[in-house]
Amino acid sequence: MGPLVPDIIGNELNFVVALFVGIAFGFILEQAGFSTSKKLVGLFYGYDFTVLRVFFTGGVTAMMGVVAFAHFGLIDVNLIYINPTFIYSAIVGGVIMGLGFIIGGYCPGTSLVGAAIGKIDGWIFIAGSFLGVFIFAEGYPLFEGLFKAGFWGSPRLFETLGLSQSLYAFLLVFLAVFAFWITSLIENKVNGKPNPEFQPVKLYIGITGFALLIGLSAFILPDRKEALIDSVNDIEFIKAYTIKEMTADELAFRLIDKDKRIQIIDVRAPMEFHKFKLPKSVSLTKENLFEKDFAKLLTMNGKINIFLAENEITAKKAAVIADKLGYVDVRVLKGGLSGFRNTILNFQKPETEANRREADTFRFREKAKYLIPRLIEQNKESGAVKKTSKRVIGGC
Amino acid sequence: MKNWKTKNTNLKKKKKSEFNMKPTKYMNPYLAGFFLGLLLLLTIYITGRGLGASGAVKSGVVATVESVAPSHTESATFYKDYLNEHKEGPLKNWLVFEVIGVLIGAFLSGLISNRLNLSLEHSPKIQPRTRIIGAFIGGMLFALGAQFGRGCTSGAALSGMAVMSTGGIITMMAIFGGAYAFAYFFRKLWI
Repeated sequence: MGPLVPDIIGNELNFVVALFVGIAFGFILEQAGFSTSKKLVGLFYGYDFTVLRVFFTGGVTAMMGVVAFAHFGLIDVNLIYINPTFIYSAIVGGVIMGLGFIIGGYCPGTSLVGAAIGKIDGWIFIAGSFLGVFIFAEGYPLFEGLFKAGFWGSPRLFETLGLSQSLYAFLLVFLAVFAFWITSLIENKVNGKPNPEFQPVKLYIGITGFALLIGLSAFILPDRKEALIDSVNDIEFIKAYTIKEMTADELAFRLIDKDKRIQIIDVRAPMEFHKFKLPKSVSLTKENLFEKDFAKLLTMNGKINIFLAENEITAKKAAVIADKLGYVDVRVLKGGLSGFRNTILNFQKPETEANRREADTFRFREKAKYLIPRLIEQNKESGAVKKTSKRVIGGC
Repeated sequence: MKNWKTKNTNLKKKKKSEFNMKPTKYMNPYLAGFFLGLLLLLTIYITGRGLGASGAVKSGVVATVESVAPSHTESATFYKDYLNEHKEGPLKNWLVFEVIGVLIGAFLSGLISNRLNLSLEHSPKIQPRTRIIGAFIGGMLFALGAQFGRGCTSGAALSGMAVMSTGGIITMMAIFGGAYAFAYFFRKLWI
């Protein structure tokens, strides 16, 4: 599951990735014509809308891709960098950048592209930008108030607007197509050209069709996460699903034995977990199972993941999700935690005589009744798993 | 608009006489945009972050100030914060490597499309000097604005759009809205 940094690709290798990403970025921008200020400012005087076409197509393609990747569980959106929103400085900064754009004819990325192919104005723009950052750095005490005001966290626009993600994505695609059409009319008018007949080109229809198909699939197919969580709410389905079970006796034995392979996944509410927890247990919610952090935990080599909750069915729901997600050695505690309490922790030896095998079991349970509370006591401080992965720090 | 001047240097003249090749046409904008989108998606998938540009300038400024006046970087908040967040030094930064790549990639693209050309590009209605001053002031303002906006057209607008960040998209609208609002007053520079 993405992002691949830092687990699959180390932080040092990431710099190599950065170099290659940069090469591709510079190459594409130059091929698109972003190395000349004439083409860039054309956007603002209506004679060349290349920037809008490239920019909007790029943004929409990437956005659809991120939606689709998240939908099919290929990327954990909780870990990617979402630019934070500081409303006032976002607007003020944007307007200053707009002014810089119209006076300078470049933006920082494109000035680099221009400079690389020998545009002297590109180099001068870069020199100017060094001064710009320097002014901000030196005047920072003065700007800090505005810079940090109006913090909204890192919301995503569909959340701010109160729309669903798919509706927002579709509105944006629609807006993009509309903008492409209207700007081509404007462009022809400004340049005094007649509007050409509509000429479909196979390649672009193919590409657009492909993009729409991916987008549409994300729109129509239920989200994998939601679908899974929905499916486990069907009690009959859960009952029929086979998950290996572990009896309370076996669990107690393995705990006393200090079996290193045991890993208890406690799906009760965190409050309950803090009040009482078994050794070697971690607290998880059903949602956590979809996160990259916990994926690491559940795929640790040779571990047996025992799901437990107050009752068996609740634990089994989470275990089914884990099983469907492809985790191995998923088990569920038979009888749930309440069963464990009855058979082990509050064990009462029956009055009636038992056969030899039962007598053994009873003897073990009496021993466990004495030992396990001590293990629980020893483990009181440990057990809580902290999230280790943080959001990637990005931005300009 | 077709008669823009390019102030050529000797280098270009030499090249022209030697090779006399016409630059290749630009790529179809939608196709370029599609590739750009795929690259951005791949970058987010691999690194969890988007593309950028102005952040590298920030690294450059901090590194310069640090080597020229180290005591200043220890006292002024902006540098102090920056160096605290970048323990391995200001230049060991993802965006610095990416920007080096941008220069290489754009150079390669210019090379294969015959667009390498040391020149100063400007509208026929203005003097080269005006273009130089404009580029410098424009660069200064853009970078200043990018500090407030926490990113430029790449880091805030394009990458923000890809991850649907509210802040990034608001900054994007402010950049283009601002440029349209000011376009009339600076039309003499371009048309």
